[in-house]
Amino acid sequence: MDKIYAVALKEFKDGFRNRWIIAITLIFAVFSLGLSYFGSAASGTLGFSSLSSTMISLASLAVILIPLISLMIAYNAFVGEYEQGTMLLLLTYPLSRTQMLLGKFFGQGIIIAMAALLGFGVAALAIIISSDVPAIEVLQAFAWFIVSAILLGWVFIAIAYVISLVVNEKSRAAGLALITWFVFVLVFDLALLALLVGTKGDVDGQLLSYLLLVNPTDVFRLINYQIVNAGEYSGVLQIAQETQTNLVVLFGVMLAWIALPLALAGTIFQKREL
Amino acid sequence: MPKEQPETLVSLESVYKSYGEVHALKDISVNIKAGEVLGLFGHNGAGKTTLMKLVLGIIGPSKGNVLTLGHAPRSIGSHHYRRQFGYLPENVSFYDHLSGREVLRYFAQLKGYNKAEAERLLKEVGLENSAGRAVKTYSKGMRQRLGLAQALLGSPKLLVLDEPTVGLDPIATHDFYITVDRLKSQGCAVILCSHILPGVEKHIDRAMIMGGGQKLAIGNLDELRRDSTLPIEIQTHGIAANEIHETLLQYHRSTNNTTDQSYQQSQTTQSLFVPIEEKMTVIRQLSSDHRLNDLEIKQPSLQEIYTYYTTKLASKPHQENLHG
Repeated sequence: MDKIYAVALKEFKDGFRNRWIIAITLIFAVFSLGLSYFGSAASGTLGFSSLSSTMISLASLAVILIPLISLMIAYNAFVGEYEQGTMLLLLTYPLSRTQMLLGKFFGQGIIIAMAALLGFGVAALAIIISSDVPAIEVLQAFAWFIVSAILLGWVFIAIAYVISLVVNEKSRAAGLALITWFVFVLVFDLALLALLVGTKGDVDGQLLSYLLLVNPTDVFRLINYQIVNAGEYSGVLQIAQETQTNLVVLFGVMLAWIALPLALAGTIFQKREL
Repeated sequence: MPKEQPETLVSLESVYKSYGEVHALKDISVNIKAGEVLGLFGHNGAGKTTLMKLVLGIIGPSKGNVLTLGHAPRSIGSHHYRRQFGYLPENVSFYDHLSGREVLRYFAQLKGYNKAEAERLLKEVGLENSAGRAVKTYSKGMRQRLGLAQALLGSPKLLVLDEPTVGLDPIATHDFYITVDRLKSQGCAVILCSHILPGVEKHIDRAMIMGGGQKLAIGNLDELRRDSTLPIEIQTHGIAANEIHETLLQYHRSTNNTTDQSYQQSQTTQSLFVPIEEKMTVIRQLSSDHRLNDLEIKQPSLQEIYTYYTTKLASKPHQENLHG
């Protein structure tokens, strides 16, 4: 346990020195503050409009940013150590590969968690101070949002580890990470839409809403739509509007999306020879 | 035989390692005892690094047995005995954003040692004044010293060093060998791999010369000298070239002198290259010559032994294919 802690602490320090933590926190804070204030500009008004529309805009933004940032933090985690030679060294240490994997995951997971908490927390405070929405409602909505955002970050850290362990070069890992992001954030939803249009809506609605659960970014958005009781689901998520999936199931899917890539990364790591 | 000796810390029994079609190691057997320093020499690609990885359990053998500190080493689990390993890989670069102290504390923690142990080693390798700086500001030599510090954490029982003195200045190199000698006297087994041969001779007990994944020769320097039949050089002072006794002329090699001054000197300084077993006969004969006023005996250096064995392999290149 103390070895997992040692690795986690080192990763966290590394993230701090890299200025990753500060950069991500700032990005989150700037965007969340901006969205709270300008989010309703499209409807012709400036300033805070409603909590639910703010949360929806935040979720739409987070669903793009968080996977990208998590992949960028984590794609280097293993391939980097292989390249610089420290992996060769660490493998002679009394440290199991599982301990190394978990340590890295906790360390980098805390980086994302801290950044989300601080960055989005600032927006929550700003809304409490400047609007007449009851503080408890704001805090509740943001708590759910931040927790789901952290889970989303962890999903993509775990996926990044798989990438980092299957390639031999940093540049390849970076390329694969970008492709992964593209697939989950854009291509998947487009493909679902294409399926819907192609079959002229002749597909079982139930099946499609299950398909949505395959993509962690869609699950993240579904969670946030349900939490604020959004009246209008946007884009491909309309599929799931009638068949409200249980929140517990949605969170379960997110956790599975963390556990499975981590387990896969662990298996690849065990088998990999230098 | 090796298993009956309790002090054998590393034992390889006809070990093979291949990567697909590439045979990195072929039939290597070697034992290393506590308190012994084994020098490992060979060209690039001779199989030195593969051998070190096998000993440390980073990879497993394709065939044969490896036993390190009584275990068949594997790097998967968090095995406690690996606390006693000290390893310095070649060209390792540490976490640039962390300070030297943070890096060493991290490694100490992973090995189960405290901060005081990390501080002790920072001092030992002479990094205490730059320990607070980020590793990215370190020079090559400082990085190498940091690498040594982590290898020496907790007085290891097995030390595997890949090019330990690269980038070190003469004083740091000297200090390094003092440390190695101290650990050796405490019963640590050391595998030392180096391309800088001249300084190494004094500090190794046995040398293993490798080429093409095979063991070309192993033994202490005297054994290797005898085995290689390289002649020793006897330098005589006082006898001119034309005055050498006719029975000794066969050992004399004339040297080409370019400058007048060295020619003057070589008038009376001669080199005789004598097979080891005839050394005493030749010396007796020389000392009966009253003109001789001094003589020096030069043993073949590690460099010459190394060159001898590695070129011998090159002259029989087909052996490799027969085994493949």
